[in-house]
Amino acid sequence: MTTDTIVFSKELLEKVKEIIGRYPEGRQKSALLPVLHLAQQEYGWVSPEIMDYIASLLDIQPIEVYEVATFYTMFHLEPVGKNVIEYCRTGPCCTMGGEEVYRHLLDKLEIKTGQTTPDGNFTVKEVECLAACGWGPCFQIREKFYTHLTNEKVDEIINDLSK
Amino acid sequence: MAESIKILTDKIGIEGIENFDVYRKNGGYKAVEKAIKKMSPDEVLDEVKKSGVRGRGGAGFPMGMKWGFLAKPEGVPRYLVCNADESEPGTFKDHYLMKSNPHLLIEGMIISSFTLGANTSFIYVRGELMYVIYILEKAIAEAKKAGFLGKNILGSGYDLQLVVQPGGGAYICGEETALLESLEGKRGNPRNKPPFPAVKGLYQCPTVVNNVESISTTPWIVLNGGESYSKIGLGRSTGTKLISASGHINNPGVYEIELGLPVEEFIYSDDYLGGIRPGHELKAVVAGGSSVPILPAALILKTADGNSRLMSYESLSEGGFQSGTMLGSGGFIAMDETTCIVRNTWNFARFYHHESCGQCSPCREGTGWMDKVLYRIEHGLGNERDIDLLVDVAKRIEGNTICPLGDAAAWPVASAIRHFRDEFEWHIKYPNEAIKYQAVYKGDMIKV
Ligand SMILES: Cc1cc2nc3c(=O)[nH]c(=O)nc-3n(C[C@H](O)[C@H](O)[C@H](O)COP(=O)(O)O)c2cc1C
Ligand code: SF4
Ligand code: FES
Repeated sequence: MTTDTIVFSKELLEKVKEIIGRYPEGRQKSALLPVLHLAQQEYGWVSPEIMDYIASLLDIQPIEVYEVATFYTMFHLEPVGKNVIEYCRTGPCCTMGGEEVYRHLLDKLEIKTGQTTPDGNFTVKEVECLAACGWGPCFQIREKFYTHLTNEKVDEIINDLSK
Repeated sequence: MAESIKILTDKIGIEGIENFDVYRKNGGYKAVEKAIKKMSPDEVLDEVKKSGVRGRGGAGFPMGMKWGFLAKPEGVPRYLVCNADESEPGTFKDHYLMKSNPHLLIEGMIISSFTLGANTSFIYVRGELMYVIYILEKAIAEAKKAGFLGKNILGSGYDLQLVVQPGGGAYICGEETALLESLEGKRGNPRNKPPFPAVKGLYQCPTVVNNVESISTTPWIVLNGGESYSKIGLGRSTGTKLISASGHINNPGVYEIELGLPVEEFIYSDDYLGGIRPGHELKAVVAGGSSVPILPAALILKTADGNSRLMSYESLSEGGFQSGTMLGSGGFIAMDETTCIVRNTWNFARFYHHESCGQCSPCREGTGWMDKVLYRIEHGLGNERDIDLLVDVAKRIEGNTICPLGDAAAWPVASAIRHFRDEFEWHIKYPNEAIKYQAVYKGDMIKV
């Protein structure tokens, strides 16, 4: 897929239209976060071309999209692997052994924080508290939460997703 | 279980409660019918005022009073925005409540919007909880189909559109004015106050921002009356509170407690946390989310005056910052004797450094300093002056910033040093031991 000629599919454009309709007249900029999420779900990350395209859809300046996309940590501004593992590194999870499990995950994938495995299957990112502290250690892959992690559980999850 | 009162979680556990029909069969949306058909907005407001319910997002401001401040200029729309950003470390109650019983929040949103005269209301959910957003959107569609949302609700002439908005992964967007900026499609930079949201909020219109749990109390208050609510709890800490419990306890999870419950009972009773994990003992507690002062075991169980400490706004803050803490958002993090307080404090400091929006220099620079100095101490590179340096930096942040994130970053550091100074000194005095201790974590896996 090349990103220089971004055009959303018909379904995606319908969805964008529906989202814009949620806000009062002239407040279509409010649609920016939901539309960035939509784009990322579709393309895996948000390239500069996608951001420019979104600016045109919402009738705002490209810079308004860049400044938002760079502020919020959920948006990937570089290509990422098929499974982005977003690992909670915050206090309560660490209290429950989150750091040791994290070390195991990196060792298993043989990468460092922020990197992608050579086969493009996994990217690991550190994130702050995911509002699942009582069920930690935990990470998230797309919309799914993986909780009560142990080294063994991590092995299982990674093996499953490697198939 | 003890015969404790359940206001928010009574329906959780009923098979299929996330579906409209099941929720309705179990008494759901009766409060909306009562409010819209039999009461005026002012009458609902009166009940909420009488209930004494206080904001559950952290600050504990009385909800009825906040609603009373909402400006009502002629011809200007008003907005209700529900704060479901839930990013305070240690807090996961709103997540639990929304996914387990989504219709309760929708019902609360309808009642609250009706009371405030809002025709478009928003639920701002942190973006990581996309699956919860889908659950809420489905619930909204069901409620709309049944005539509880949309145009002319229950034939009353009242219209309400409910929108679920995703965030993008920024703790600061939990601060109400940053949240409004974010909802307008901008970076989440907190606004200077005044003007307050009650006068100029979303799109410069009068706006109320309330937490998920706060709004979810309104169906019960409408059905049972504010006075009944005010009789639950203790003194000015009326009602029940959801507590998110994590850390070295036997039963982590979300608990609905009546305010005023003794902390000791909460920690050790099998009805609640079931005690500290086997073979270990309690060392410290962060009682209200990462932003509140940490307390050693002795001070969380009893106040400095020797009174039994209770789970209430007043009792937890008894002793001020010298020997007390705060109820905050109810994120209760228990730590046993294996916990390194320096490491935990560094972890939180790094969090605030990462999440500072960078608008004010005391917060932007100060959180960076605290992160660096704590990293240094934790890794056996500290020097004698570092502890006083930390205290000094914390003091310079406090009270000198646009929003309370600065204070929230300073308090955990200041309180950890106040109560566990010897641990900081130990790290500095015995750097080699500190480094050995690091081996537990197998070196620097997490970079600053
Ligand atoms: C840095 C920061 C983060 C906050 N995060 C949240 C949050 O995640 N959820 C929340 O309800 N309130 C949060 N608050 C408090 C809100 O600013 C606001 O007081 C609250 O949403 C009001 O609702 P309430 O009166 O019902 O508690 C935060 C405040 C600050 C300063
Ligand atoms: S105190 Fe920190 S987070 Fe709040 S506005 Fe200032 S820099 Fe931003
Ligand atoms: S600390 Fe990991 S989810 Fe909260």
